[in-house]
Formats: sequence, C-alpha cells, structure tokens
Amino acid sequence: MARISGIELPRNKRVEIGLTYIYGIGRSSSNKILQMAQISPDKRVKDLTDEEVSRIQKIINENFKVEGDLRREVQANIRHLIEIGCFRGIRHRRGLPVRGQRTRTNARTRKGRRKTVGAKKKKEK
Amino acid sequence: MSRSTKKGPFVDEKLLKKVEELNKKGKREAIKTWSRASVIIPEFVGHTFLVHNGKRFISVYVTEAMVGYRLGEFAPTRFFKGHGEAHKETTALK
Repeated sequence: MARISGIELPRNKRVEIGLTYIYGIGRSSSNKILQMAQISPDKRVKDLTDEEVSRIQKIINENFKVEGDLRREVQANIRHLIEIGCFRGIRHRRGLPVRGQRTRTNARTRKGRRKTVGAKKKKEK
Repeated sequence: MSRSTKKGPFVDEKLLKKVEELNKKGKREAIKTWSRASVIIPEFVGHTFLVHNGKRFISVYVTEAMVGYRLGEFAPTRFFKGHGEAHKETTALK
C-alpha cells in the first residue's frame, strides 16, 4: 500500500510514473525524487517497501509543494491578478485565454461548451 | 528570454524623471504617458498615471501590488461591447 501526500496509489505502474499521479509532480520531478531516494524508477509501486515509501514521502515533504498547498498557491496567484485588475486578471475574470491565444475559434478549454450567440436586434430607441 | 538583471527593469527615462520630480516635491498629480512598456517600480506607488490605450488615456492608480507589472497591462486596448445588443456586464468593464 503506497500512500504518498494524501491519496495516491496506482499499484501496478512503475514508480517513476506512479509518482506523477500526485498533483505537482511530473516526470522530471518524479525522477529527481527517485534519484534522491536511491530507488530505481523501474520498480513497480507495489514492490516498494514501507521504508522506501516513507523515504519518498520525506523527500517530497522537504522539497516539493504538492496537492492542496500547491493548488492554493495557484488560486492565490490568480486572485492576485484579478485583484490588481491587470490584463491577465481581466482575462481570468472573464474566463478567456490568458496568454494571447486566438478566441475567434477554439479556446474551448477556457470558454467551456459552445453556446450559440444569435444576432440580437438592436432595441429601438 | 527574460531581460538581463544587470540592466534592471525597463522604465522610460522621461517618465522616471517626472516621477522623481514629483516625489521630490512631494506632490501627487496625474502623469500622462504613452509609455505602456514601462515597468512599475516601487517609486511609482501612490501615483496616478494616465496611460494611453491608443485612443484615450486610462487613469491608473498604482498600488503596492502592481509593482513589477507594466503600465500597459492596466490600460486595456480593446473593449468588447458584445454582439448586437450591448450587454451591461461587458460595458461595465470600462
């Protein structure tokens, strides 16, 4: 049973991949962790000993910001952008892409499901 | 690629001079500027800038949290007024 930083435990994968199930850990930090812990990345998660698991846990606790903490940091950064009212903040506020992508087409990740906008007639004065 | 730290942040020299003058006099008055690319430095805090957006001057009051961003980021160049009938939410952005 490998339980690291909360809830993570894909049993049959290699640890190198298994660790990436933790929010905030990708392939590169995963490899760094395993190197520091002196564990082969080819080992399966289920074959890890308890001692190895705690070694990994310790390294993550000391060197990485993961899961809740990281999510909170990201949210705080976005809130900061919104509060100061800069361009990026406005884009976040309106749910549009922040980094200059086109919005004429695509941008569905930010904008969500397509909604058709019918041409509305101008109100008569 | 980011700017070399040796050079420090980019601030238009004319703008910097104006701000320093105001700081010396301890006065606070709006500074009209076209220099949207200038980075906001700590000296700017508390000043009001009229930043050109290509058409009008948008008044930007600089607070502590805005240091490190550029003046232009606070003066949007486009206003989306909505398709067809104008919506309240979109025009409120102004």
